[in-house]
Amino acid sequence: MTESITETGRSVTAEASVVAGLETRGVHAWFGKHHALRDISLTFPARTVTGIIGPSGCGKSTFIRLLNRMHEFIPGAAMAGSVLLHGQDIYEPTVDAAEVRLKVGMVFQKPNPFPAMTIRENVLSGIKLAHLKRQNHDDIVEQCLTRAGLWKEVKDRLTASGGSLSGGQQQRLCIARSLAVEPEVLLMDEPCSALDPGSTLRIEETIKELAEKITVIIVTHNMQQASRVSDYCAFFLTDGGPGYLVEADATRKIFTNPSDPRTADYVQGKFG
Amino acid sequence: MSATTTQEPVAEVRPQTPWSASRSVRAKSGGTLLLSGLLAATIVLFTGAAGIDGWAVMFLGVSLLVALLRTARVGGKERRDAVMRVVITAAAVASFTPWLSIFGSVLLKGWPGIHINFFTQDMRTTVPDDFLEFGGALHAIVGSILMVTIASVITLPLGILSGVYLTEVRGRLTFLVRFVVQSMSGVPSIVAGLFIYTTWVTATESFSAFAGALALAVLMLPTVARTAEEVLKLVPEDLRAAGYALGARQWRTALMVVIPTVRSGLTTAAILGIARVIGETAPLLLTSLSNSALRFHPFDGPIASLPTYVFGYLQIGTEYAIARAWSGSLVLLVIVFILFTLARRFGGKDKR
Amino acid sequence: MTTTETPTPREVTVIFNREDRIFRGVVTGGALTSLVVLGLIGLFLFMRGAQIFGDKGIRFITGTNWTAGSGDGVIPDDFSIGAMLVGTIIVSLIALVIALPLSVGGALYLEFYAPQKVRGILVTLLDLAASIPSLIFGLWGIQVFTSFGERWAVLINDWLGWIPIFSVEFDNFGRSPFIAGCVLGSLIVPITTSVAREVYSRTPRDLVDTCYALGGSKWGAIRAVVIPYGKSGVIGGAMLGLGRALGETVAVYLLLNLVFRYNFRILESEGGNVASLIATKFGEATEYELKALVAAGFVLFLLTLVVNMTATTIVQKTTPRA
Repeated sequence: MTESITETGRSVTAEASVVAGLETRGVHAWFGKHHALRDISLTFPARTVTGIIGPSGCGKSTFIRLLNRMHEFIPGAAMAGSVLLHGQDIYEPTVDAAEVRLKVGMVFQKPNPFPAMTIRENVLSGIKLAHLKRQNHDDIVEQCLTRAGLWKEVKDRLTASGGSLSGGQQQRLCIARSLAVEPEVLLMDEPCSALDPGSTLRIEETIKELAEKITVIIVTHNMQQASRVSDYCAFFLTDGGPGYLVEADATRKIFTNPSDPRTADYVQGKFG
Repeated sequence: MSATTTQEPVAEVRPQTPWSASRSVRAKSGGTLLLSGLLAATIVLFTGAAGIDGWAVMFLGVSLLVALLRTARVGGKERRDAVMRVVITAAAVASFTPWLSIFGSVLLKGWPGIHINFFTQDMRTTVPDDFLEFGGALHAIVGSILMVTIASVITLPLGILSGVYLTEVRGRLTFLVRFVVQSMSGVPSIVAGLFIYTTWVTATESFSAFAGALALAVLMLPTVARTAEEVLKLVPEDLRAAGYALGARQWRTALMVVIPTVRSGLTTAAILGIARVIGETAPLLLTSLSNSALRFHPFDGPIASLPTYVFGYLQIGTEYAIARAWSGSLVLLVIVFILFTLARRFGGKDKR
Repeated sequence: MTTTETPTPREVTVIFNREDRIFRGVVTGGALTSLVVLGLIGLFLFMRGAQIFGDKGIRFITGTNWTAGSGDGVIPDDFSIGAMLVGTIIVSLIALVIALPLSVGGALYLEFYAPQKVRGILVTLLDLAASIPSLIFGLWGIQVFTSFGERWAVLINDWLGWIPIFSVEFDNFGRSPFIAGCVLGSLIVPITTSVAREVYSRTPRDLVDTCYALGGSKWGAIRAVVIPYGKSGVIGGAMLGLGRALGETVAVYLLLNLVFRYNFRILESEGGNVASLIATKFGEATEYELKALVAAGFVLFLLTLVVNMTATTIVQKTTPRA
């Protein structure tokens, strides 16, 4: 297993002396008997954006759900390997999954603001839910909404229901909600797939700004999006069996001069 | 593909439904119905079959005959179809008629007894056969409210917990709990009464509103638990995931995300539970009995309720006593309908 | 690309902190109340009625006497519920025989025949009917329906009196198992119709469409696809209705003369059921008689529990939860 780390993790870690925020080592995933993901070893340097690309069904979503222990909510789910956050394996029996998720936030494919809460309450919901002690709630609301690029649009109706916003606004509200608990890593599972191009662009800008402070890992099936927002790219593929990692490298290299011919075919739109 | 359609002014296209019955066809079938009805009435007049039920049977017979005649020249397939249409419609009419008859008779026979005093007086100083302008059912209404309130206070938390267990905790006993709840909803109401009698009433040596409420709670619990589960199941998995992804623990996700999302659905569960037991008579005959004076004390002595009021005055059997029973039924039915409407109103709210 | 061997899945431990454990404990406790209550009902009724089972043995279920003794031992106590059990089953079966075809017909009408506008109203009416208290069914039965029912009974007796179950000893047709069964039937129709409608509405639409596409008539499609598809669901629904009818108290109390004798003549003015026996005798029962009533309640509890569990199993099997 250690061999595979060097094999697949090389290109990224070799980049520079960046701090490794999050790292996976030989990760596998199963749903019941179905082997969904095979031997993924990746390193995500801190304060960068990593795009995870690949055709549908190759386990991209499964992979990032493994990174904050959301995987285990699916009945029958199992995993192997380890996921290291600051060198600590988050699947150790002594680790509290809730603590992990506090540090590794997640934005889902479909916007899911809490319908029973106002916009303001939605932003603060993480603080309430995780029982954090924070002062200056007003500042947090403004700051998070600003970072998510939503403040100008909603500052006059913070008491409106979260469900009253448009799809793109709801997604940015969900981003703001994740930011309020100050995660170190933000996982995004195709955050723009349900949105119109305008909202997508807005969210991409948001992602770039976020990367100044936190690590972002974004799953996307949209290669233009990956090339626009990410610093690094990891390409997943499946041959009908479990999904596996083909290569991971700096985004520019993946898109201009990938080492694997399949990557070249994929980014040029020959399949997938 | 040509783009000429925009050039010429085209007459506005109206939506049509060429497959639905045309006016003449509808008039024909309406006429056939009318004629069959008249024919049936004639048969009823000239033969022994009497009453509206006799007419209904004759009408069914005539309709079947018409169906057979109309399809006489076509194949057996069409004939069977036509006959079964009549038979199935008749079955539907036969199942709905008793309920309509019940609504009608309760309204007609109950209405004369509805005076203001029915809601403001008890029967302390009134004998059952006094004119309907005297005495009322205030004590019974208060007793019912008292018992149902206590029963709800006991049942609602338990029912919701049961629903939360099935949808949030999802423990090993999920199947068992669901099965038991379902089986419990079939416990005969008199058995619930007997159970509370052998335990609470025997132990406290007193019939009481609280005993009645306990018996009602036994009957109410399965309804509330089942509805609560149905409602909680409507919460999208997304929302739970969002809660967990924010680092929330299970109990905070359940209490602060899941339950608030279906607040009105849970209200529906409570209302349906109340509607289920508000008319229960049998268990109260064994636990709270009845009396004729307005009382509020939940632990001490027999207390009246609307069902036992109706039951009691029906047993007395004199003209005005029975009228009082009908009026009590009317109030009971109106309460059930109000609860039902409320449940619908709240039930529709959560669905976004 | 590496081809390492597939490792075995690792054990993932989910840590619930103290608050979560308390929460899960409380919720589990709450959910188990139903189980506990159901167990306690059986336990208490059995314990309090145990003396009767000991004294009478199987004769408690087969005998027909319900005699309160004179207390001084001259006339001994003799309690048994055979007649009432038979009465319970007969009345419930009449109810079921009436309700089942009506429910199936009603459900088919609602799903396939009713015009769109009428349908909504009828469905509301159906739901409302399910919430009419049985007391009101009883009141309506004795005050309104009996006059119709007696006339039908006379007609049936005139034409079919040669069949033993339709014969009568006395020319009194009121308060008979037939009339009580009719009212109970209309009482359980809402239950069975709802279940049947639910099941029929789940018939795969493409199967029905295939029938139409093959030139089948509406009834052809119903008979070939809908009815076979919904069969076990409808049976389950019917058993739920049966369970309800077996345990019904006040409606039967009001509509049936309580007579302690095996009676299979359904038009005769005598019968009874276990539940109404309890309601009738409860008021002036001696302590020993009370135990007999509790024992009767226990038997009824077991009977309905078995019917309901069977029904639940059937319904749950046929209507998979989403």
